[in-house]
Amino acid sequence: MTDLTSLTLAEARDRLASRAISSRDLTAAHLAAIDRAKGLNAFVAVTAEKALAMADASDARLARGEGGPLEGLPIGVKDLYATEGVHTQACSHILDGFKPAYESTVTANLWRDGAVMLGKLNMDEFAMGSSNETSYYGPVASPWLPPNFSPTQARAALADKGKRGLMAPGGSSGGSSSAVAAHLCLAATASDTGGSIRQPAALTGIVGIKPTYGRCSRWGMVAFASSLDQAGPLARTVRDAAIMLRSMAGPDPKDSTCSPSPVPDYEASVGRSVKGLTIGVPKEYRLEGMNPEIEALWAKGAEWLRAAGATIVDVSLPNTRHALPAYYIVAPAEASSNLARYDGVRYGLREPASEIVDLYQKTRASGFGPEVRRRLMIGTYVLSAGYYDAYYLRAQKIRTLIKRDFEIAFGNGVDAILTPATPSPAFAIGAMASADPVEMYLNDVFTVTVNMAGLPGLVTPAGLSADGLPLGLQLIGRPFDEETLFALGEAIEQAAGRFSPPEAWWA
Amino acid sequence: MTVQTGNAKLLKGATGDWETVIGLEVHAQVTSRAKLFSGASTEFGGEPNTHVSLVDAAMPGMLPVINRECVAQAVRTGLALKAQINKRSTFDRKNYFYPDLPQGYQISQYKSPIVGEGEIQVDLTPDYAIRVGIERLHLEQDAGKSLHDQSPTMSFVDLNRSGVALMEIVSKPDLRSADEAKAYVGKLRTILRYIGSCDGDMEKGSLRADVNVSVRRPGEPLGTRCEIKNVNSIRFIGQAIDTEARRQIEIIEDGGTIQQETRLFDPARGETRSMRSKEEAHDYRYFPDPDLLPLELDGEWIDALAAFLPELPDAKKARLIADYGLSAYDAAVIVAERETADFFESAVNHGGAQRDAKAVANWLMGDLSAQANAQGVGVADAGLSAASLATLVDLICEGVISGKIAKDLLVMLLGPDRGADPRALVEARGLRQVTDTGAIDAAVGAVIAANPDKAEQARAKPGMLGWFVGQVMKATGGKANPQAVSDALKTRLGL
Repeated sequence: MTDLTSLTLAEARDRLASRAISSRDLTAAHLAAIDRAKGLNAFVAVTAEKALAMADASDARLARGEGGPLEGLPIGVKDLYATEGVHTQACSHILDGFKPAYESTVTANLWRDGAVMLGKLNMDEFAMGSSNETSYYGPVASPWLPPNFSPTQARAALADKGKRGLMAPGGSSGGSSSAVAAHLCLAATASDTGGSIRQPAALTGIVGIKPTYGRCSRWGMVAFASSLDQAGPLARTVRDAAIMLRSMAGPDPKDSTCSPSPVPDYEASVGRSVKGLTIGVPKEYRLEGMNPEIEALWAKGAEWLRAAGATIVDVSLPNTRHALPAYYIVAPAEASSNLARYDGVRYGLREPASEIVDLYQKTRASGFGPEVRRRLMIGTYVLSAGYYDAYYLRAQKIRTLIKRDFEIAFGNGVDAILTPATPSPAFAIGAMASADPVEMYLNDVFTVTVNMAGLPGLVTPAGLSADGLPLGLQLIGRPFDEETLFALGEAIEQAAGRFSPPEAWWA
Repeated sequence: MTVQTGNAKLLKGATGDWETVIGLEVHAQVTSRAKLFSGASTEFGGEPNTHVSLVDAAMPGMLPVINRECVAQAVRTGLALKAQINKRSTFDRKNYFYPDLPQGYQISQYKSPIVGEGEIQVDLTPDYAIRVGIERLHLEQDAGKSLHDQSPTMSFVDLNRSGVALMEIVSKPDLRSADEAKAYVGKLRTILRYIGSCDGDMEKGSLRADVNVSVRRPGEPLGTRCEIKNVNSIRFIGQAIDTEARRQIEIIEDGGTIQQETRLFDPARGETRSMRSKEEAHDYRYFPDPDLLPLELDGEWIDALAAFLPELPDAKKARLIADYGLSAYDAAVIVAERETADFFESAVNHGGAQRDAKAVANWLMGDLSAQANAQGVGVADAGLSAASLATLVDLICEGVISGKIAKDLLVMLLGPDRGADPRALVEARGLRQVTDTGAIDAAVGAVIAANPDKAEQARAKPGMLGWFVGQVMKATGGKANPQAVSDALKTRLGL
């Protein structure tokens, strides 16, 4: 970490504005950090030339006293976002060589506001995974050291493509979380279908927010599950996340599900008093056999907010236990249809075949990894004639009930809900390899309800485990009330402090 | 309208009479500039893959956005079919793999269509009509086209049509013969063309039908149906129904049973062929499209669309009968195309004075229609203006030209003298009929003098008069007034 890469996004912005630093230097410092951190495998494509050109253009604008809210700030982009002329594969083999002729709305908004693109970030294939191990480009290592590893041992493990024994950065936005936590970029775009922003944030000690469904446009984001997918940022502070989201969000006539309402200045809510707010603590999130460290952290979080002037109340979200099974019907169902377009006919991978059905079968069998194939099969099954009512329709009904649970809680005067972010701290790469896939799915137990209800959810780091690994807390808000979450998140951040991985052992 | 009696529409089998039961799913291409969910052009006949947006090609991350123009057309069509307009409808995905279906699913309306039940009155003869129930109308995307004849080893795909808006109009199984089905499609096409929601051009594929056919003994419950896919002309629809009904009757009479299946009609061989059986049927895994919000329609907006609908064929027919004294048959022929009906009315009313509507109708349906058919166009486009037709009829009524000359005049006006004023043309070509009794008398005298034997015969057999009229007309180059010739002949011959 150099002086320039140690800055927060807000700090870098202020120094650029005062001309204390240049975007070129800031960008070059991050490119150098990326180069040294190749072993983490966070980036799948680095756009150094483009980054420097964008930085120079930003410097020119800044010199004229112009520039947008993100002018000259180098960030990373999850491989899920279409970036014109640049590697866009959702880290799948089936999109081999795909470089779109278009730019996603979210990234276009970022470039409009002056941000600089460093490259594309690793992720679980098609965002299906909770550890970044399903990526066609291999697993990503977290910058957090495994509890039993010395830096030397960890460096040795980095050289191995499998990164065995190193900590997983969470998923699916594992490239984004690792890169932000390792100071390879000031912030990154991520996406969240069942927890893919919030779980990696918690496991790497950074801040992530999944905004309300419809707050960010999905146009140009490779779709996983359309009714659940939402864009959002990963950053090192609550303020940085607020700054990023303000630029990413906004109306888009190209996405029918995108909200037309204007985007507030989220940064203004950072530092706002939380006095008088009512925070609900849902008893259904207290799982049997819960990790005591997580339970203690949750209580501490409630205590901090009480100390900051909020009122803590118990709330009930009775349908919580149905959320995970229902999620694992709805999300694969939508995915099975969304991913039908990857057929080898128009773009991406095509396995040679003499007739069309053979071409489909060979291309899709070799183009999709095992986890994607599993979910496509589940999704196809639950939508099949004779099963639709028992699975998909019932899952949609559960979804309505989950939404109603939250509506009742908010209707009773609760301003936000506090929960743990994950059931445990980070686990090691390969640790779940032989486990039942459901073990991995359980990582999403605290986060999927938020996607099912379409609500905003913010995760902020709140402490370390006894092993020295980061733990996070989640705040769930009313629809389109991200501002309250930023205010509360900052209150926790103030109380808990910030958490950084050990010195750059990977460099 | 009367109820048809007898069993003219029953088919005779070896063991007795059979009734055919038919339901149609008509796919009508919506007239709109852009596709249903993308801004790409709907123009027909472009070079392959020139009217394709990122959405139509199903590029990663692309999202559909509904085209309100297509929605308006569907609502207008529903109103014209006297159907229920559903203020809330939803879009579903119909999932299947095919190279001309880039998304891997068709966006359609499965559960909640935009238009519900309606009805069409179908005239089978001038005084016999049936009512055919409409089950529903929904919006959906068309697919692209696979091209198998461009390379010996590969197939190509043209996505120009991919995503073009279709209305699927589903009838109830209310049709009982090929003729009824043909008349139904004809009437539906007329209505669509009246309101401009579909051009009805079957050659370009703007209107296609899936035909469901079953047979049963009269009075018995419905038989097992087969669906004949994608029939693209009204004539073929009739042939396909007859062929399929005969096939089913033969199987049942031979002791077999009908398997529910999808079939294709091969017009060249005059047979239907199995495409896939019920067991092989696709499981389309319909589910609501999460990329699209439910379609909510505003009542005032629907009312505004209703207010601006043109006069529909049934109303127009009734009005032509009432206002112009046309026969039901003539009125039905004239209203089949809106342009023809408009042409008729402007010809009748040209110049502010209403002329003989029956005479206008006869010219329009007779010689002008024949000339237009020969050109392969509608009567309104044959090259004669409504004003010229009006003048032509006036010239006959005024006795300026004979009907015979008028036919020649029409040929001139559609050919070498296209665009000429008929009245001026009559003068310029000296076509004015001769009413001068002196000249006619002289011609009559000459013909009688040249045919003394025939004159003798005619005095005994007045039926011969017609022959003399013909001879005199010939001698006068057709310009003599036939009535004047007849009168002069009668006087001369003492009849």
